[in-house]
Amino acid sequence: MSNLASALNGASFNGLAKVDEVGLVGMITLRGDLGSAKVAAAVKAATGCAMPQQRKIEGTLAAGAAWMSPDELLVLVPYAEVNAKLDAMNAELAGEHALAVNVSDARAVFRVSGAASREVMGKVAPVDFSAAEFAAGDFRRSRLAQVAGAFWMDSEDSFTIVCFRSAADYVFGLLSVASNPQSGVGVY
Amino acid sequence: MLILECPYCGVKAEETELAAGGEAHLKRFGPGSSDDEFHDYLFMRENPKGVHFERWRHANGCGKWFHAARCTTTLEVFGTYSAQTLEPPKELLDKISEKRPGWTWRDLG
Repeated sequence: MSNLASALNGASFNGLAKVDEVGLVGMITLRGDLGSAKVAAAVKAATGCAMPQQRKIEGTLAAGAAWMSPDELLVLVPYAEVNAKLDAMNAELAGEHALAVNVSDARAVFRVSGAASREVMGKVAPVDFSAAEFAAGDFRRSRLAQVAGAFWMDSEDSFTIVCFRSAADYVFGLLSVASNPQSGVGVY
Repeated sequence: MLILECPYCGVKAEETELAAGGEAHLKRFGPGSSDDEFHDYLFMRENPKGVHFERWRHANGCGKWFHAARCTTTLEVFGTYSAQTLEPPKELLDKISEKRPGWTWRDLG
């Protein structure tokens, strides 16, 4: 068996906020009619979560479902169990016009945590991160400076960020520079 | 800075999150059409000073195409609407008529 490694091998940076590469996370892209009972059953089978509302995430990094677009979900499962979960989903999706694909190795995952995490995120994404607009459970697809990315808040001071693995180094550098200890702005 | 609300994910997306897709509601003239029709379909575009209808894509977001109506002189956005339509919704046209009496755009107005 080859030695499975995440894009940056768990790199981390400590500044205004703590930036960590999370490591391997199982991710399944599910496309289909999100209003359909079979799709909801497939999400339930893989994660135990209910269907997320628009721009929301249900569950956690270990077992979760996030709303990516009106016909797409990101299903989060443990990396080692991706294939088993995918089989469980496909069993539920039999006969349904839907597609579930393992995209775990196409992605990198970061966590930005600490009191200044809203500020660090606010520097790299064109999103309003004030507490009234973006809180725990909110999910958003946007851009991180020049690359596409998705992120959500797991708690009041911690973001999880998903980007393409090919852009992992860029995103880590970006978040590290944005959390340079001398670069505090104090907006949020 | 242009801010458009994506009708699919409800995000108030700013310009850098979007990709412009040119003029809205073009009718395709393909095989069987005359050379003039095909020429007009390919090259003739509105370039209005005022009310304009455009296609946009929420590229750094849900990835969906949608339509937007805005004013090219003031950057006022009248509204956005779904891409699954051949013409702007009636309410939006009424709203534009209220704000810009006498406006025209192709055969609308």
